[in-house]
Amino acid sequence: MSQHAPRFQLNDESPQTATLLLSGDWVQGQPAADFNELRAELIAASPEALAVDGGELGRWDSLLVAFLLQCYNHCRAEGIEFSERQLPHSASSLLRLATTVPPHKRPSEATPALLARLNPVRTVRKALGEIAGSLGFLGDLAIALFRLTLGKANTRFSDFRDFCFQAGPNAFAIISLTSVLVGMILAYLGAVQLKMFGAEIYVANLVLIGMLREMGVLMTAVVMAGRTGAAYAAQLGTMQTNEEIDAITTMGVSPMEFLVVPRVLALLVMLPLLTIYADLLGVLGGAIVAGGMGITMLQYLSQIEDAMSMTHFFVGLSKSLVFAVLIAVAGCRSGIQSGRGSAAVGNAATEAVVTALIYLIVADAAINILYQQLQI
Amino acid sequence: MATATDVNTGETGTPVAAEAHIEVRDMTMAYGARVIQNHLSFQVNRGDIFVIMGGSGCGKSTLLKHMLGLIAPARGDILYSGQSFTRADDASRDAMRQSWGITYQSGGLFSAMTLGENVSLPLQLYTNYNKTEIAEVVSYKLSLVGLGGYESYFPSEVSGGMRKRAALSRAIALDPDILFFDEPSAGLDPISSRLLDELIVQLKESIGATVVMVTHELPSIFGIANNSVYLDANTKTMIAYGDPKQLRDHSDQAVVRQFLAREAAAPGETEQ
Repeated sequence: MSQHAPRFQLNDESPQTATLLLSGDWVQGQPAADFNELRAELIAASPEALAVDGGELGRWDSLLVAFLLQCYNHCRAEGIEFSERQLPHSASSLLRLATTVPPHKRPSEATPALLARLNPVRTVRKALGEIAGSLGFLGDLAIALFRLTLGKANTRFSDFRDFCFQAGPNAFAIISLTSVLVGMILAYLGAVQLKMFGAEIYVANLVLIGMLREMGVLMTAVVMAGRTGAAYAAQLGTMQTNEEIDAITTMGVSPMEFLVVPRVLALLVMLPLLTIYADLLGVLGGAIVAGGMGITMLQYLSQIEDAMSMTHFFVGLSKSLVFAVLIAVAGCRSGIQSGRGSAAVGNAATEAVVTALIYLIVADAAINILYQQLQI
Repeated sequence: MATATDVNTGETGTPVAAEAHIEVRDMTMAYGARVIQNHLSFQVNRGDIFVIMGGSGCGKSTLLKHMLGLIAPARGDILYSGQSFTRADDASRDAMRQSWGITYQSGGLFSAMTLGENVSLPLQLYTNYNKTEIAEVVSYKLSLVGLGGYESYFPSEVSGGMRKRAALSRAIALDPDILFFDEPSAGLDPISSRLLDELIVQLKESIGATVVMVTHELPSIFGIANNSVYLDANTKTMIAYGDPKQLRDHSDQAVVRQFLAREAAAPGETEQ
């Protein structure tokens, strides 16, 4: 069956009335008729009424009705009286259906221009708001923890125990892997330099101090931010979506005490323990590399014993406590403030990890500067 | 105490001379600058089954969230038994909340807990029952909604209708004064939703509670409700208040009559 391109023709029936004659096949695959052409013609002719004549129409699909709808909306906007004759019955009822409710006009929101969006004042204000929000959350958390010490908080021990298990023993495998490798990396890094001075044995000092003060705790915290922080955000975000947080609130229970406190406490207990574990395995990783360089295990261990100082150990441990709170707060806050829906939960998890990593790096730098000044 | 049968309805369909259990006074609800509903004033009498109706997007669930104190009203007040909820401090709010039972649109069951643990949570929090007593009460409350023996199932392991009933069971755990429902029969088949309606009426009568329900299921509205408010999205306020059966036949608002008679509105009156 041969097809004809869709055509329209605007005829002046009388000075006031124009007729729009539609012909051809208004179907997919045909060069579409351009409404802008018709609009230009209509503006030029400026009739008071427009009659659409479908007498010579061939086959048609949604393209026809879409065209007619544009036509109808234009007429209504310009105050032209719209009428139809000999349109196929179903096309005319589809048009009627489409025009029953006038199109919604979205209230224009002033979208800030690109420059305004990059405005440093705005960015700084937003960042400050974010920090203020986190501090407020930390304050609420402190109140909840205080109530816990008074025995007034609705925190369940069984939740705490479960979260401890999730955050601790379940993370052993990945923490083992990362810390052995980090210990080896530190050893290799030092070995090359120290060899030039014939001081290979000091690899042990480098690994020990590096792991204890810095890498053990930081790597563990980074892994836990990705693992546990994101999990907290996803759990709480899903609970928000599921109206579970509403249910808790309306039971007269504070979500802070019921949901956040056990998570924070679990991380606060588990992160230092995992850090000690990571320190041990890191030193072990260093031993493997040292062995490859001809240092015996005994030499390595005795050098470790010399270099060991509880100060280094406690520096790392004190950092781990701070990091635990930061990871848990970033995760829980993103989760509690999550919107509703699966996309929002995903965003909450991403936000939790990104925020936690920023907090970790900034806090680590700050603590290092502080300890440097205090000569610890 | 007044019961459902004591509620007299006047000719206008407005209940008269009964004890107000919940009172909403000239309340405005807004998200930031966007006003959802204005000038809401109505009262729910003790023993009523009160329905909040209206087309989609008119703010029914938002009204419920205001009544539950999850969102603070932009203006106006909500009173429970004559006591302001909006102006109450946290401790008295929590005290008021203990006499409520709520089932949420999606159930609001804690997905990390079994059905039994869900029902036992309010009992653990607010009663002095010991472990054995709690287990007994939990099994009794679950049996009330036909879920005896499902204590150890997780919400994800049971059907949608069972989740709703489990949520109802948690809501009645503390024998509440007021039961709130957000679209209880949404997503249920006609038989399940009818059974749920009957369950609501039976439970309400046996524990003597007031029921507040958001729904647009006409069978539920006519089957069990004796008072209602209709929120209109276009005028952003309530345009009808009273017994839904009266409103269907005698409301002076065409939209309300059409809504209750399930008729399509004439073009131009359609909600946008």
